[in-house]
Amino acid sequence: MSEATAGRPSRLLVGPFNRVEGDLEVRLDIADGQVIAARVVAPLYRGFEQMLQGRDPFDALVYVPRVCGICSVSQSVAAARALAAVMEVSPPPNGELATNLVLAAENVADHLTHFYLFFMPDFAREVYRDQPWYPAARERFRAIDGSAAGDALPARAEFLHLMGLLAGKWPHSLALQPGGTTRSVEVQEKARMLAILFSFRRFLERRLFGDTLENLVALDSAAALAGWRDRQPPAGGGDLRHFLRIADALGLDRLGRATDRFVSYGAYPVNQRPLFAQGVWADGPSPLDPGAIAEDLSHAWMAHRQTPKHPFDGVTLPDAAAEHGYSWCKAPRLAGQVVEVGALARQVVDGHPLIRELVGQGGGNVRNRVLARLLEVALTVIAMEQWVRALRPKEPFCAQGRMPDDGQGCGLVEAARGSLGHWLTVKRGRILNYQIVAPTTWNFSPRDSRGTPGALEQALTGAPLRPGEHNPVAVQHIVRSFDPCMVCTVH
Amino acid sequence: MTDRQAPVNLLWLQSGGCGGCSMSLLCAEGPDLLTALHSAGIRLLWHPSLSEAGDRDLLDLLQSILDGDTRLDLLCLEGAVVQGPNGSGLFHRMAGSDRPMRDWIKDLAGRAGQVIAVGSCAAYGGITAGGGNPAEACGLQFDGDEAGGLLGAGFRGRGGQPVVNIAGCPTHPNWVIETLVQVALGDLGADQVDELGRPRSYADHLVHHGCPRNEYYEFKASAEKPSDLGCMMEHLGCLGTQAHADCNTRLWNGEGSCLRGGYACINCTAPRFEEPGHCFSQTPKVAGIPIGLPTDMPKAWFVALASLSKAATPARLRENATLDHIRVSPGNKARNKGGGNGGGR
Repeated sequence: MSEATAGRPSRLLVGPFNRVEGDLEVRLDIADGQVIAARVVAPLYRGFEQMLQGRDPFDALVYVPRVCGICSVSQSVAAARALAAVMEVSPPPNGELATNLVLAAENVADHLTHFYLFFMPDFAREVYRDQPWYPAARERFRAIDGSAAGDALPARAEFLHLMGLLAGKWPHSLALQPGGTTRSVEVQEKARMLAILFSFRRFLERRLFGDTLENLVALDSAAALAGWRDRQPPAGGGDLRHFLRIADALGLDRLGRATDRFVSYGAYPVNQRPLFAQGVWADGPSPLDPGAIAEDLSHAWMAHRQTPKHPFDGVTLPDAAAEHGYSWCKAPRLAGQVVEVGALARQVVDGHPLIRELVGQGGGNVRNRVLARLLEVALTVIAMEQWVRALRPKEPFCAQGRMPDDGQGCGLVEAARGSLGHWLTVKRGRILNYQIVAPTTWNFSPRDSRGTPGALEQALTGAPLRPGEHNPVAVQHIVRSFDPCMVCTVH
Repeated sequence: MTDRQAPVNLLWLQSGGCGGCSMSLLCAEGPDLLTALHSAGIRLLWHPSLSEAGDRDLLDLLQSILDGDTRLDLLCLEGAVVQGPNGSGLFHRMAGSDRPMRDWIKDLAGRAGQVIAVGSCAAYGGITAGGGNPAEACGLQFDGDEAGGLLGAGFRGRGGQPVVNIAGCPTHPNWVIETLVQVALGDLGADQVDELGRPRSYADHLVHHGCPRNEYYEFKASAEKPSDLGCMMEHLGCLGTQAHADCNTRLWNGEGSCLRGGYACINCTAPRFEEPGHCFSQTPKVAGIPIGLPTDMPKAWFVALASLSKAATPARLRENATLDHIRVSPGNKARNKGGGNGGGR
């Protein structure tokens, strides 16, 4: 075996990670200048699933947004949908549109935060100082004092005025209810929202894309993308072109490949038809069976770990001494298999031609994940403009219903980082069981009972180390390409 | 920034929370967060969402603070202190180290000029301490409404002050920025915080102040279900008349607040708000009267005034209160009553 001749692998402990949401540690086995195995550790446990047991079902609307300050609305929408399933109530058209707008505002803001604050600053690291592209990357993307943060923060804050109008505030709103939203919109507020969206569109077109949203989403092949990247408009090429050039120079399309099996629960229903389709993609489409989801506890610090359980039957009892445990994170699997979720998964499942081709060429990788996120920003903002126009003031935003004493329901939603599900059982008017499987639970899961590593663990295998690196920059890129949210992961 | 003065060094750590106070802080406007910090000479030693450095560079920074080589002026903690399981602190181990986060926080607090709890979790335990408190969470200097917490009631920072509790779930960006700037300017004296450690700049107000539903409140025209326009105190659990904060005079995300968003205030700046003892969205009552009355209001007066104002409720408010949009507009006396309103045309 080659490992035997290469000497004993060394261990590397990477963490604390910053510019990810929450706490993260990665344990690496290194040999021959590359990662040969990775273990992803979620080091914080709070216990939301335990807290919710025994409470009034509606209390979930107060508790679950506080699972996560960056995916707060996604958590609320998942809870509202789980409650709605138990109550057998569905929102009126305005409620559906307003929920889409609030969720889209969070998801788009999160994509922007990820790109400008979390992901791009790694290209301004000293380790790249000899690269020809470094001075421009440093000026634009350096953490805290780069020019991009100064542009993006005000644009993000103004865009989130949509939350002030539609949800009272962000994060942690109670506007999202099983029957719709609590905040009806008047005709003058439609005008205001369109103005906010126009202002944000202008930021995107001038700073991020250097082109119209429509031109960007029309890119339908790798060749079209390459041609677009190399056209430098006189007013400035924008930050996406900047990223694509760095990605080319560093080969980010060959870094961080995971399982290439992608899942999306489907996003943003209008008249119950989603803007982005639900499904599974693995070299081809197949339907999603939520009944095939099960959480494996074999490598989690959890008790009651005999066999993987569907979330309706899930148990959360932490055990810091559990044998083989190395993370507070459970390992969700779909029909026993590891999957990747997120914007790339959503767009490949939905069938965007550019993303389908890029995934066909190089699978899930650092470049494709970041590109899909930004493409999705453009697709979503175009849809948001249409949703605002479709709102009908003076018509209802919230249907009313009754909570039965007993029932069961699940709420599935696409958060910025991917597929989020809540599974709720109500008994005698109280929450009997509440289980949450978050996007990063999928992506950053530990090994399962068959020893199969989770998506990030697979993506890190093969990552190169530069000489003397104790904080390998390739590992940083791969980890952040998933835009992890660790507070959601374990909750 | 005043260039001649030494920068004020700020370290921001997170533990048992959701990161939502940081996310809210990034919504700061007029000016944005980075400009506001710069204006007060505050230098970010490290913030988990903003800084470039991580991994060993961060651990080295923390060590140099503990060794006294780097001066720590402001220590902000976001999220509760996690003590479980069984007091071990292992529910939150600092990544890259073998130590519970709790121990890092305690040691660093001993080096800080001023310790600041950002959000109700860091202040009192907050939502992380709810539902039986499986994580054994507490605040920095409070456990719920009892003084103590991780650091103990007697703790004082190098500057001589106890922990400042910028309570809220989440915090308004300007509550945080203004408190940081006040500390940096030396303007946050002991008389500037209330008995729960909250800055009086916002805690001397009630959420009720500036509530757009005040007219419904005055006439006891109540909302009955989500999305109704009426006052949410009588039926939907609103605690705005008791909650210490200026949410309806200092708005959120441009033009918002919980009440403006159509849902009840849950008193998130208070210790133990996470366990109200009843469903958050329903008002508990005895003999039809809400148990929680407005702060400082004698019960007999409240009951008398409520029944009087209920008898005087204009039809406009009675009707609009249970609708999701205004159906009955305010009357125009000059037009409706011709010359009989004393004004004349």
